[in-house]
Amino acid sequence: MQIFLPIADIPVNVFLLLAMGLAVGFISGMFGVGGGFLMTPLLIFIGVQPAVAVASVTTHVAAASFSGAIAYWRRNALDMTLALTLLAGGIFGSAGGVALFTWLRALDQLDLVIGLSYVMLLGIVGILMVTESVRAIVRSRQGKPAEIRRPGSHAWFHGLPLKLRFKRAKVYVSAIPVLAIGFIIGFLGAIMGIGGGFLLVPLLIYVMRVPTATVIGTSMVLTFLTMVSATVLHAATNHLVDAVLALILMVGGVIGAQFGAHAGARMRGEWLRLLLGLLVLAVGSRFAFQLVLRPEDLYSIRIIGGTP
Amino acid sequence: MNDVLAATLVLVASFGAAGPAAAAEHLVASLTNHRVMITSNYTGVELVLFGSVERDAAAPRRIAPYDIVATITGPRESLRTRRKQRLLGIWVNTQARTFVDPPSYLAVLTNRPLAAIASAETRRRLQLGIADTPLPELIHNDIGEVSNDPFRAALMRLMRERGLFSEEPNAVTFLTPTLFRAAIQLPAQVPVGTYTVAVKLFADGDLIAHTDSAFEIVKVGFEQFVVNAAREHGLLYGFATALMAMATGWIASVAFRRD
Repeated sequence: MQIFLPIADIPVNVFLLLAMGLAVGFISGMFGVGGGFLMTPLLIFIGVQPAVAVASVTTHVAAASFSGAIAYWRRNALDMTLALTLLAGGIFGSAGGVALFTWLRALDQLDLVIGLSYVMLLGIVGILMVTESVRAIVRSRQGKPAEIRRPGSHAWFHGLPLKLRFKRAKVYVSAIPVLAIGFIIGFLGAIMGIGGGFLLVPLLIYVMRVPTATVIGTSMVLTFLTMVSATVLHAATNHLVDAVLALILMVGGVIGAQFGAHAGARMRGEWLRLLLGLLVLAVGSRFAFQLVLRPEDLYSIRIIGGTP
Repeated sequence: MNDVLAATLVLVASFGAAGPAAAAEHLVASLTNHRVMITSNYTGVELVLFGSVERDAAAPRRIAPYDIVATITGPRESLRTRRKQRLLGIWVNTQARTFVDPPSYLAVLTNRPLAAIASAETRRRLQLGIADTPLPELIHNDIGEVSNDPFRAALMRLMRERGLFSEEPNAVTFLTPTLFRAAIQLPAQVPVGTYTVAVKLFADGDLIAHTDSAFEIVKVGFEQFVVNAAREHGLLYGFATALMAMATGWIASVAFRRD
């Protein structure tokens, strides 16, 4: 069944969109990520203009992460203070990212920077996750106990001032690295059209040493807050949010997320991280091939509208 | 039959302006539809152009058959054509040209190949066919035509691939020696706006009459409502979509609650 998307200006198959929403929702529910890093490339692949794809995916991710956040809220598995501190940094990051986005678009280099960012980020994060989780799996196979979290271990940033106690997250650290992480997530999110959950989750686990149990819920809350503000911002400035597209995606997404969350709850943490790492690597290498292989067509068109 | 059909059509007829013979023949044409509505199930549409060559007593006897060239031009929008080059192992947009207000849709419908209808000189003078349509570029601060430009060729090729530029040498069919019809294919991704239809009548390589018509492509109903809301009340629209997202998320969390 074809439906005409009013803002994206193209007809698409409703069931294809629903299936995409379901699949990405399943993955996002399973790993506690928004799924923007999968949905945005998928939409571009089916012919939605990149700008509309990025803007509409923010709405879809907002819905998916909201339903996830409610579930974690009920289980009290999130740290609101941590989420809000991250958000404070994230707002400034987003503003910077949007400014760079606009500038790069005018220079015709936006696609390149998006591609490079995806390759580098997904490559690094994917490799780290895969090696870490494989090591954890091997260790548990050999019957050795899992690496115990050492609450006393200090990194360089533990010496920074402005210390905050994040009760649920069981950490007591300076607000500066938290704000910095928020800033990076917001900045990259604006450029790459992603919520940043796949970055935030490992950063909180490996760098901030927040227990995995609260990380996903906290990440969901942050993703929800940034994506809701991004939706309003995109709608108010660029008029690029396609509500029909977003609605179809989110209906599939929230349903998929529920099944994903149940699947995720039954899996062991290290296997979950290995799978997410492999997925991240797969998307990253797709972008890498696109940059390195000779494109089918060296030329491309961008509508700039009006008279220049 | 010609007269009946011609009379039932809403006509925008005009007299040709090519020499003394022109007053003797004129062209009437109309479209089946002057408004194409884009609704939620829109996937492209076909419009039909009907026309007839009207001859009066002064019309000369013609041995050569009539030829029709119908040019449909969509709303104009500036474009940038970019070219990638390999730089440090990756493909980067290194060069770009700005085309000033080229048509977003251009279809040239004829009853036989354009080259057989009019000479190269005539085609250039009348700007007939895709190759002879002006596509001015922005060069520093000037606007001008650049012939033999690879960027211009790429623009035409990419537009053809998307079905937005086309030359159809078989699209016009003569039902009788003076009555013709032509199918205009509008793909799904055509932009909304006003489209002009210029119909030219040729005989023996000369333009003898022409007429113009137009149609518009509009979004209606829910599509129009969404577009208007998004364009004119962006902030409100943003809040509404955000609320929609939250409602969907909340409904899902309630519906699937297991504890």
